[in-house]
Order: sequence, then structure tokens, then C-alpha cells
Amino acid sequence: MVALSEDLKTPKPALSRAARRASDSNAGGTTLTDRSAEDREYTEQTLWMLAVRDKRDKAAFGCLFDFYAPRLKAMILRNGISGSHAEDIVQDVLLTVWNKAGQFDPQRAGVSGWIYQIARNRQIDLARKYNRPVPEELRTEDRTEEEAGQILALEQETQKLKRALAALPEEQREMVEKAYLGELTHSDIRNMTGLPLGTIKSRIRLGLDRLRNELKDLR
Amino acid sequence: MSDVKHHIADDLLAAYVSGALPHPYAIVVASHISMCDECRVRHEAQLAVGGSVLETLETTEITADMKARVMDLLDDTPAKPAIRVPRRQGIYPGPVVEALKGGQPKWRSLGMGVKQSILFAGEEGSVRLLYIPGGQAVPEHGHNGLEMTLVLQGAFSDEGGRYGVGDVEVTDEHVDHVPTAEPGPACICLAATDAPLRFKGFVPRLLQPVFGI
Repeated sequence: MVALSEDLKTPKPALSRAARRASDSNAGGTTLTDRSAEDREYTEQTLWMLAVRDKRDKAAFGCLFDFYAPRLKAMILRNGISGSHAEDIVQDVLLTVWNKAGQFDPQRAGVSGWIYQIARNRQIDLARKYNRPVPEELRTEDRTEEEAGQILALEQETQKLKRALAALPEEQREMVEKAYLGELTHSDIRNMTGLPLGTIKSRIRLGLDRLRNELKDLR
Repeated sequence: MSDVKHHIADDLLAAYVSGALPHPYAIVVASHISMCDECRVRHEAQLAVGGSVLETLETTEITADMKARVMDLLDDTPAKPAIRVPRRQGIYPGPVVEALKGGQPKWRSLGMGVKQSILFAGEEGSVRLLYIPGGQAVPEHGHNGLEMTLVLQGAFSDEGGRYGVGDVEVTDEHVDHVPTAEPGPACICLAATDAPLRFKGFVPRLLQPVFGI
């Protein structure tokens, strides 16, 4: 909660021209951290998420809601949960996105992956009587400057992954979908052919290394 | 923990992110990720796939007034702390600390200096801490299904190789192995199974229900 309230008090500068433009905030005088990134732009989802995280921008949250609520509901319905209950879960998930926004690290995760994780955790916590075990978090209380180049490169990898997923033969794509929606048992998944994840891993690794360095410097 | 040599395969990480992995294994996976940057990266890559699946799902209509309701709630302080951050305590990674509910392991002797502390046992299987004195072998045991063993202190070796702190051994029912703790400090492991272990050594099978193993 400390990180969150810090964010509330001291909005971080926008990361790029695009982030500035997308936000309705009047925070002027922001600087670019990476000029070479100027001609490329973040995805809408990332811009919305950063505006929510750094400026507590409700309009941006509204955009996230419009994009993710219908998809989250579809995902939750697939798991055999009834309509009104499904919307309760969607509400929980999106409020968590708002409340935990300070933990979003675009150098290591895309918005969709981050929200997917929150949604799966929430669903599993509800389906079982005990909390789903989650790894220890790595985070800094004070976020130092993020590198736009790293964020953009990770976004590119995520786009590639999405294209690879779309290009899979129908049957295989359905299997992947089922696996990540929790419709396959772990032994079924063990026999499933994976997607090429090598390059996105290298990119996430760079984001993690940056964070590790920051954590080290803070000690 | 850059010296971790035995990792968790992508398919098990996929099962973990989707929630398909039974609770006892999920505790081991979450613990291993806490100790291993390589698997933290691979876990995050799995989340990226999950995110892509979420993004490309066909949308479902939501109730007309839902958005207004959620927007109204943004200024409320969350009732529960929104951030649940398990923290490491000594040799125990956050997820183990959480499973211990903040307490200390309740060790029970299995004989020959070997002890266990059951963290969770249910229909989905069980997960326990095992304490093996240096140089001591865990009795030969088969198991009906998947077994995951994560080293928290010391090291052990068996037919599959040497396992040090942070390493995880994943075996299935086809493996009968005899893990032996290295001489020196006791080896403490986190071990999950989906079935009672079938010890062939010093704990008679009849006693297994008593010990919960």
C-alpha cells in the first residue's frame, strides 16, 4: 500500500509523447526518457494502464474497463460460472487493477498478461477455500526511470506472440486457449506442444535484470 | 540464486498460471519461482501467453450499468489490503511462510532422524517439509503420481543428479529413487505429491495413514 499511496501523491512523469497525448492530465513539462522511441508508440492498453498507474486517471481506467471487462467476462463464463457472479468477479479484478496499479511493471509484463494473472488468481481463490500460492514479489518502493525502449521491445515481442498464436492451426490454437483458461489438467498440458517463447523470455529477462540492478542499488 | 540447475518445465508453469495445477504443486512452483530468476522469467512468459489468449477471446456483453457501478467504487478504500506479499523468512520462501500461516514447522519424526511437517493435505494431494539429517538416505519410495521436491537447505543426490538450494526435482510414478542428503547440515526440502508416498523402507505401509505420508 505504501507504493500505491506514493503514486497518488507524486504522479510520475509520462514516459513518452504518446503517453502524454493519451492522458487527459495537464501535467506539462514531461521529458522523454528515450528519444529513439519517439517514432514508435505504446499500445493503447499500455498508455491507459500507465495513466492509471501514474496519474490515477479515471478516464483511462474507463478505457481499460471497456476493453477488458467483456473479455474477462468471457473468460470467466468459460469456467462455468453464472452470468451475474461472473460480473462480480470481473468487478473484483478490475478494482484490483485500479488498486494494485502501482505494481504494474511494463518492463517485464504486458497489460493483458498482468490482468490475466490477477483474474486467474482471483478465480482460483474463489474456487478454493484457500489462497492460491503466489511467488514473492520483486519491487521497488520508488520506481526509477523506466526505459521506453525496453517497454516497446517487450510490447513488440508480445505482439509477435499474439501473431504466432493466431497463426497456429485451429485445433492447436483451441488447445492453447483451453490450457490457459484452465480447461485442461496439468497432465494434458504436459503433452501439449508449446509456443516459441525464446525471444519474449530474453526480453523479460532484460526487464528483470534492470529491476535486480535497481534493487541492488537501493540496498 | 543464479546457481539453480534444476528448473520447472514450461508445461508445468503453464498449468500453474492457468490454475490447473493442484494446490500442493502450486506451493512448490511459487516457492521455486521465488528462488529462481530463470523460472521467474519463464513464468512471466507464460503470463504473456495467457494475456494474449485473454486479449483475443471473443467478447461477451456486460450489463449496461456495470461500468458506472465500478467507476463509482474507484474512490473507495479497498476493504482488504489489495496487495498480498508473502515474504521470505530464513530458509523458507514466501509461499512456504504463507502455508505455515506465520508459524514454525511442526516436525514429527519418521524415524532415523528424518522428520516431516505437513503443510497441506487434501484431495488434491499433499505438501510437506522434509528434514533429512546430513548423510542420511530417505527410504526408497515410489509414488503414484507426480512428485516435486524443492531444496530449501543443504543438498541431496539421487539417480537424477545432485540437488542444491533452489533446485527442484520433478519425478513421476515410473521413478523409484533414493534421495540421500549430503554430509553436513541437514537437508530441508519442500515436497509435494498427489498420492501417498509408498515408502519401502523403515516406515511400514500400515503406518502410512498414521503419519499422513
